[in-house]
Amino acid sequence: MTQLALVIDLNVCVGCHACVTSCKQWNTSGAAGHLSDLDPYGENPLGVFFNRVQTYEVGQFPQTQTVHFPKSCLHCEQPPCVPVCPTGASYKRKQDGIVLVDSDKCIGCKYCAWACPYGAREFDADRGVMTKCTLCVDRLDDPAIPAAQRRPACVNACPTQARLFGDVHDPDSEVSRAIRERGGYTLMPELGTRPANHYLPRRAAHAE
Amino acid sequence: MRPAFSVLLLTTLIGCAQGLAVALAVPLLAGGAGGTAWLDFWRPGLALVLGLGAAGLVASFAHLGRPERAWRAAAMWRTSWLSREVIVLPGFLGVAALGLLALLTRQRWPQALAALLVASALLLWLCTAMIYAGVRFLREWATPLTVVNFLFIGLASGCLLAACLALWRLPLQAAHYAMAAAAALAVALLGRVAAAWRAHRLQPAGSLQTAIGVPSPHIRQTSKGFTAAAFTTQEFFHGRSAVWVAGVRFCWVLLGFILPLLLLLFTPLALRAVGWPLALLSHLLGLLAERWDFFAQVRHPQNRYVQAAL
Repeated sequence: MTQLALVIDLNVCVGCHACVTSCKQWNTSGAAGHLSDLDPYGENPLGVFFNRVQTYEVGQFPQTQTVHFPKSCLHCEQPPCVPVCPTGASYKRKQDGIVLVDSDKCIGCKYCAWACPYGAREFDADRGVMTKCTLCVDRLDDPAIPAAQRRPACVNACPTQARLFGDVHDPDSEVSRAIRERGGYTLMPELGTRPANHYLPRRAAHAE
Repeated sequence: MRPAFSVLLLTTLIGCAQGLAVALAVPLLAGGAGGTAWLDFWRPGLALVLGLGAAGLVASFAHLGRPERAWRAAAMWRTSWLSREVIVLPGFLGVAALGLLALLTRQRWPQALAALLVASALLLWLCTAMIYAGVRFLREWATPLTVVNFLFIGLASGCLLAACLALWRLPLQAAHYAMAAAAALAVALLGRVAAAWRAHRLQPAGSLQTAIGVPSPHIRQTSKGFTAAAFTTQEFFHGRSAVWVAGVRFCWVLLGFILPLLLLLFTPLALRAVGWPLALLSHLLGLLAERWDFFAQVRHPQNRYVQAAL
């Protein structure tokens, strides 16, 4: 069984937000509809993004580090957002494990967002439906896109190649090797959601 | 979490409708009810059940981003408590409507329909409560107390409404309903305060360390990565001060439970027509505050990702 996922290397992420903007650009132009930006130039803008980069300071002065932390849907193997969906709009695609929302079935009840402990889902108030990272499923499935580019937009955009993409169930894939050899971990594993996305730890941050 | 007013209305109104349905049906099932006085009591009673339930249903639509697709919500009853509620609520109202129809056309309420009404009311409480109690990462909700509280708060509302209705249509039974309401109010207050006390001592699921996977005791978020608002900063924060939250809590304990209890127990016979409806009004207002607190008390695990001001 294939499980597509991102593996993010926190050693080289510089927090440039190229993944954020490329994600927004690709997905707002996609077949599922735009990602709304309400009041974009006003006092209180509200936008939908599938991927956001947060910044944490770790340690105590003077031994501190800045950790840039990109986060999008983790495509959990036990996704808590899927069984709670009353319409079946939220589902985990069988052939590659991508967690998706069918925007034609979603009623916008927001229950899936409550059930996700990672805050990965964002409601689009303009379209009235829940949205989330699709791993750019419309790129993966599009034969018109050159094979080397058939990856999530954020992976193509990352200037430091901090984002790896592949099948985490294939032991010989680049992502599986990276997880195995470099101590790849998942977020809040104690919750039992079994995220597919992994992170490669900062070496110094862990040595602390 | 940010309380959605439509959901506060929905759960308060249908809880009251379910409680009233049980209050109307139990005397019939116990064999202690019949005759024209009871028929005159049941007819407006079941009409009220339908009205409250329908109002709750209308309120629920206001919560949806795409209300015109609401019919789709019945699809996933195998896994989703929300889907189950969407099926059981119209079922409950349908059974109430059949009962009212029988009362209007045949001058009787068949016991089978009354029993079915009680069963569907109980099932609906389970479905509604499990929508919240079933989200295991939201520890404030994930407790059997959530189910117990929805049940007893609904029973209290329904018995209180039945007592007011009985004052008008079935005066001989009014005191019985008031005693039942007082007992349900007392149990509900105990359960609800226990749940609030439990929630107060909880830590949100997960930890900041595992949320970003850095095992350091010193982690401080310096940027949430965007300067504007986002769904995740709006939906999961109520944005009110601790004083406001404490005020709301004080309001629901007092208005929702204590004041109605005192009014039920100590209103002189001659003043019941004022005191009991006042108790109902106070109780329902208090319940809106109680439901607000029920949502606002939840500290969502995702909040760790958006703690920084910028």
